[in-house]
Amino acid sequence: MTLKPSTKKGLNPAMHLLPQAFDSTHTKYVPTRDGYGEGLVQAGTIDKNVVVLCADLSESTRSLPFKQTFPDRFIQMGVSEQSMASIAAGMALTGKVPFISSYATFSPGRNWEQIRTTIALNNTNVKIAGAHAGISVGPDGATHQMIEDIAIMRVMPNMRVLVPCDKEETRKATLTAAKLVGPYYLRFAREKSPVFTTEKTPFTLGHAETYRFGNDLTIVAAGPVLYEALLAAETLSHKYRIEARVINCHTIKPFDVQTIVLAAKETGAFVTIEEAQAVGGLGGAVAETLTLTIPVPLERMGIQDRFGESGEPRELMEGFGLTASFIIQAARRVLKRKKGERVPALPEYIAAARKKLECMQKNVMKKALNQTPKKWGGKKPDSTLKSRTSV
Amino acid sequence: MPNLTLGPNVRKPLHLHDKTLAELEKKAMHIREDIIDMLVEAGSGHTAGPLGMTDIFTALYFHIMVHKPKHPDWKDRDRLILSNGHICPVRYATMARAGYFPLSWLMTLRKLGSHLQGHPEREKLPGVETTSGPLGSGSSQAVGLAYAGLMDHAPWRVYCVMSDGELQAGQTWEAMLFAGRNKLYNCTFIIDRNNIQIDGTTEDIMPLEPLAEKFEAFNLHVERCAGNDIRDFVTAIERAHGISEKSTVILADTIPGYGVDFMEYNFEWHGKPPKAGEESMKALEQLRTLGGKITSEHQ
Repeated sequence: MTLKPSTKKGLNPAMHLLPQAFDSTHTKYVPTRDGYGEGLVQAGTIDKNVVVLCADLSESTRSLPFKQTFPDRFIQMGVSEQSMASIAAGMALTGKVPFISSYATFSPGRNWEQIRTTIALNNTNVKIAGAHAGISVGPDGATHQMIEDIAIMRVMPNMRVLVPCDKEETRKATLTAAKLVGPYYLRFAREKSPVFTTEKTPFTLGHAETYRFGNDLTIVAAGPVLYEALLAAETLSHKYRIEARVINCHTIKPFDVQTIVLAAKETGAFVTIEEAQAVGGLGGAVAETLTLTIPVPLERMGIQDRFGESGEPRELMEGFGLTASFIIQAARRVLKRKKGERVPALPEYIAAARKKLECMQKNVMKKALNQTPKKWGGKKPDSTLKSRTSV
Repeated sequence: MPNLTLGPNVRKPLHLHDKTLAELEKKAMHIREDIIDMLVEAGSGHTAGPLGMTDIFTALYFHIMVHKPKHPDWKDRDRLILSNGHICPVRYATMARAGYFPLSWLMTLRKLGSHLQGHPEREKLPGVETTSGPLGSGSSQAVGLAYAGLMDHAPWRVYCVMSDGELQAGQTWEAMLFAGRNKLYNCTFIIDRNNIQIDGTTEDIMPLEPLAEKFEAFNLHVERCAGNDIRDFVTAIERAHGISEKSTVILADTIPGYGVDFMEYNFEWHGKPPKAGEESMKALEQLRTLGGKITSEHQ
């Protein structure tokens, strides 16, 4: 049987995306973690067995609204992520539905073995919520920028891994995890990001959704960077007449092999993007799937085997090559490979991001040091320090 | 079991003369100003912990530790492990004032390309002994260093600064078991007992008391001091140095946000910087006048 590729182009109307979200003047920015806060309260209303455990971060992980609504079902753990995982497992054994909240760097970063044995192998109904994942955490720096979580959670049997793309999808992911039995990992970001899905946008566990039609190549994304992928696809279409299919792969596990294989058949080239290590996570899942089915050229975008660093979220996203302009470079490269043309060994989008990062670092440091006050050995009067200026 | 002993004593007596004390107090005041200036410039970061621990960092870098700021990798230096990495602004400001790096770098805290990362990184700034931020792992690294030091009969000591909130992490107590078993008398744990953590007070979130008894039960020697009184802290360190069969834990009772009345004792200042303008200027004014007790040198 020969497949007849669809000739549809542009955004998929069945996804009910917010059209105004792609007009920069009307884009609404909300952090994905807010969707967790909202989803938790809704899940708690539906099911009285839902309990929330939090390791001294109730406001920033957004477990606070649940605590305020259901104070008797909120359990303060203090700085004890390892025991939090196993205590939740214990509670789940009696029928509770525990959500454990912390930063992804601590949970599942710190308590991975406790999760492995007492939640995954034990197969208990615990939901692990990792907030502040990715580099867009910003100035806190590498210690707090969890970028290995998708990879380390994906390899764990029994675990489901969800990486929602905006606040609304995070709300749905939270409700889904509460409703379905078994271990789940949910990943959120700290920074505000565009809200572009709606209540009507379909969301089914394990089902990757095609947000944009196209047959020249496929861009697969998970998390808020999906928005950048859609922007890139738009530019590719207008500027280069390249039609990119864009897939929202919110469920990293169980992985939607069918949708990926169909896209491989119909488009013959792939770009993956995630705000995480480029190896082992979404990029890893796609690479494994393609190698085992229809091997086609693939470019894996993400953090390229290094740690993050302090900086403003937008600077870091650009410096690590995770914005639309770099996705366009990756798309053009993978199309060259698809045609059998020669390409540089070091991908252009990686080289360009490194250069951009170095340049920004120099500029940011120069700007800061030029403002050094006399008390710190500089030329500016001490009164020019922000702390000493009336606003 | 190896012969675990400290090398020859290379330390001068720590007795604090009044003149030295006055100098240290003045230094601490400047460092507190630096902290406010840095945090406002950075626009994010933790305030209460650094202000509360300024006197202790000043005493460590300017009076207690044997170290060479121009040679941060000098092999016989005392090791200061900062376990609760989020209070790094106090370490950065004190290190700059001690001559480890140019004061101008304080302008770059938390910015892209800076040596002064939001949480301290060993590979980004010479003199920072360990990368930290995620709580509870400093004490284990400290006992590792201390054990290796005693194996080699090295003369240096290990000082490990920890928060009280991080004692809720189980790893701390694994390290204490190890310290107790191996009689790591070259290792001193300094606990910032300020009673606050992000979500509230420690005794409300997950009570730690009775705390001294916990450490004693782990075979550690416990000292208690007023953490914002330099002389009292130095005396506690002197006593710790005098103990040769146990690690010492110094429970330093500090006031979070010390020196700025609207920050003191308030857990809401744990994780945020002052706002530029009226708020930061009020904080600086209070620091300079020691809460109205002296006349500001800027007036």
